[in-house]
Amino acid sequence: MSGTTLALDPVTVRKARSLARKAGRPIVRLAQQHTTVSVERATLRLAGLRGADPDGTPWVNRLVDAVRADTGIESGVSLPVWDALVRGDAADLEELATKAAVGSVRFRVPGGRDATRARSAASKAVGAGIRRIDARRRERERLVRRWGDAPQTPWIYLIVATGDIYEDMPQAQAAARAGADVIAVIRSTGQSLLDYVPEGPTREGYAGTYATQENFRLMRAALDQTSAELGRYVRLTNYASGLCMPEIASLAGLERLDMMLNDSMYGILFRDINPVRTFVDQRFSRQVHARAGIIINTGEDNYLTTADAVDAAHTVTVSQLLNEFFAKEAGLADWQLGLGHAFEVNPDLPDSFRLELAHAMLARSLFPDAPLKWMPPTRHMTGDVFRGYLLDGFFNLVGAMTGQSILLVGMMTEAVVTPWLSDRDLALQNVRYVMNACGNLHEDFHPPPDGFIATRARQVLAESVELLEQILDHDKGLLDAIADGTFGLMKRPTDGGRGLDGVARKADVYYNPATELLEPTR
Amino acid sequence: MSSSDLSPTVLRPYGDTTGDGMVQLSFTLPMPHSKLAEGAATQLAVTMGIDPALVVHAKAMGPAHTFFVVYGRVNHLVDVSQVRIVERDYALLSPKEINLAVRKRLRRRLTVVGGCIGTDAHTVGIDAILNVKGFAGEKGLEYYRELRVVNLGAQVSVPQLVARAQAERADAVLVSQVVTQRDAHLFNTKEMSAAFREAYPAATRPLLIVGGPRFDEAMATDLGVDRVFSRGTTPGEVASYLVHSLVTARPVREESRGSNV
Repeated sequence: MSGTTLALDPVTVRKARSLARKAGRPIVRLAQQHTTVSVERATLRLAGLRGADPDGTPWVNRLVDAVRADTGIESGVSLPVWDALVRGDAADLEELATKAAVGSVRFRVPGGRDATRARSAASKAVGAGIRRIDARRRERERLVRRWGDAPQTPWIYLIVATGDIYEDMPQAQAAARAGADVIAVIRSTGQSLLDYVPEGPTREGYAGTYATQENFRLMRAALDQTSAELGRYVRLTNYASGLCMPEIASLAGLERLDMMLNDSMYGILFRDINPVRTFVDQRFSRQVHARAGIIINTGEDNYLTTADAVDAAHTVTVSQLLNEFFAKEAGLADWQLGLGHAFEVNPDLPDSFRLELAHAMLARSLFPDAPLKWMPPTRHMTGDVFRGYLLDGFFNLVGAMTGQSILLVGMMTEAVVTPWLSDRDLALQNVRYVMNACGNLHEDFHPPPDGFIATRARQVLAESVELLEQILDHDKGLLDAIADGTFGLMKRPTDGGRGLDGVARKADVYYNPATELLEPTR
Repeated sequence: MSSSDLSPTVLRPYGDTTGDGMVQLSFTLPMPHSKLAEGAATQLAVTMGIDPALVVHAKAMGPAHTFFVVYGRVNHLVDVSQVRIVERDYALLSPKEINLAVRKRLRRRLTVVGGCIGTDAHTVGIDAILNVKGFAGEKGLEYYRELRVVNLGAQVSVPQLVARAQAERADAVLVSQVVTQRDAHLFNTKEMSAAFREAYPAATRPLLIVGGPRFDEAMATDLGVDRVFSRGTTPGEVASYLVHSLVTARPVREESRGSNV
């Protein structure tokens, strides 16, 4: 990665990482000890179960609910489901789901040789799904070679969000032709709180478009067409967050999405999803992303939309360190860690730009090999579009000076309208001007070690270490810290929040071929 | 017009000279950039009352669109004495002002209990108002330090809602109804407000607020609630209204209640 880095004290950096590891380890153990309805549904999706009943309830939901009613999910659904298939209760998963929905199948947790047979059948079926994800990853690598990659960093990231997939496609293609390297399709408001993934192409959403397997397929095909035409592989992004994170990650892998929003704590803090549910779902979804060669984007920018960007700068660093630990533990490599941060310091503050530079350089220096995602101002965009355009220019300048890897293009009409065609065009001109004028400025930019920028970066790092120590001072570490509001104002107790009833502690006989196949070998 | 010592009520836009009437505007036409496109932009501006209209910038955006910046003199006037505005009956406050008002005047946190009643499983509305994530760039009520939010989620029964409101000593109850059939949202709301009237003496009943895309904001009295919010309502509006009704407008009662806590 390009970009100047600050000479941070290696002892402090090591300490920060080791504290993050200490805070994260008990969470990983917790995740390993539990399963969720969404992890089980994702497993069935990997085995090829698709579609929904006439009311729109996905078959994976019907089948998991039926198994759960008979046996619980403590043993996983794989043993009961493939036991039923091996016994000949149905010819395939869809038929089994249909029968289970009307109550004409009884499930049991098989033992002995029946269990062995069920395990082998399940492993074969789920293994086929994993192999399909592997094939989609190789296909991406091949297409990037054939069509070429984005010609420069930062990659230019643009958002599309009409609610109608058939409107999104031409808009995304137009954005790609205008210079976007990455297209993100924003999801409909509230999808993160649905405990199922909607089916089929969708034409109506609230301020965004539903994430469905068919919408993923349609948009990837549209961008493939444009990528071939442009001679540049255009990446597609969606959101693996909320109650169905493991399923959406699996669908992303199956449909060759390239980047996914995937934060370890966002759902807990901002959506009041149960912490255990989130951490279990997180780990599974990250394992899928690791396997699929998907770059994750973490959500640290969100901290700065609720807290002050100067006072809370260290919470961003702490979250990045935790996200890094959880990601690597799940098998993701440095090149897949799109750690997030944002340009949200109050522009009326003296030296606001220098503070932004300090924070961005700290992130670049701490994570030199990660494709950092740089997020534009939103909080201080007021509706004065002229001032907003200037702010976005300075945002782009920090991006250039600190070697950011993924640049979400800021719109001067942020907080006014969803971007117009002209807003997007003006915003891209802004990015191009800055990158053309000083894209290589980082070669000349070496802030002195005793200057304002380096001092501020050291201060934020020191505060991050303090916060991590504070987290570890809690009896139950990170879980207690989340419960008592250490992160922002949100108090999220371990036994509260949405989706807790979909969590179960694994029994000794628990079996899930997906988690076995996805577990990183080390 | 009034005499010269009063400021004039009839105004023209101001560029750099009183009365010059200068304005700027920008827009996009769905046609390729050409002489014809620039002529079309000028003609549109003239139709809008800008004459002379000067197209100072025209740029192709892709093969089929052109972006224009136009400057010119607008020949319309505005008579300020004839301008009618609809005042909101409560002031829109910032999160800081809201927290301060609650802290100073109520002297305890204000408790809000919310949920979706009936069979409606769509928590989009209640979550947009209550979740930190919020809506339309505004943070939800959970973000306000001085508001204590209890979000019961979907499919809450009316007795559950009343019981929880009592247990939490709710100051306000927020109910969302998004997807409804055959006016179920009206029926549910009436049932809810009747239950609260039955369970509480009039003086201590929490503030009842309903919201959803199908509601008409003028129906509050019919429904037996204090306020109805319709489509597009933001968390800041709801929070401002809560402060207006529970803190600013009823200081005496609230302060006596606050001192008991």
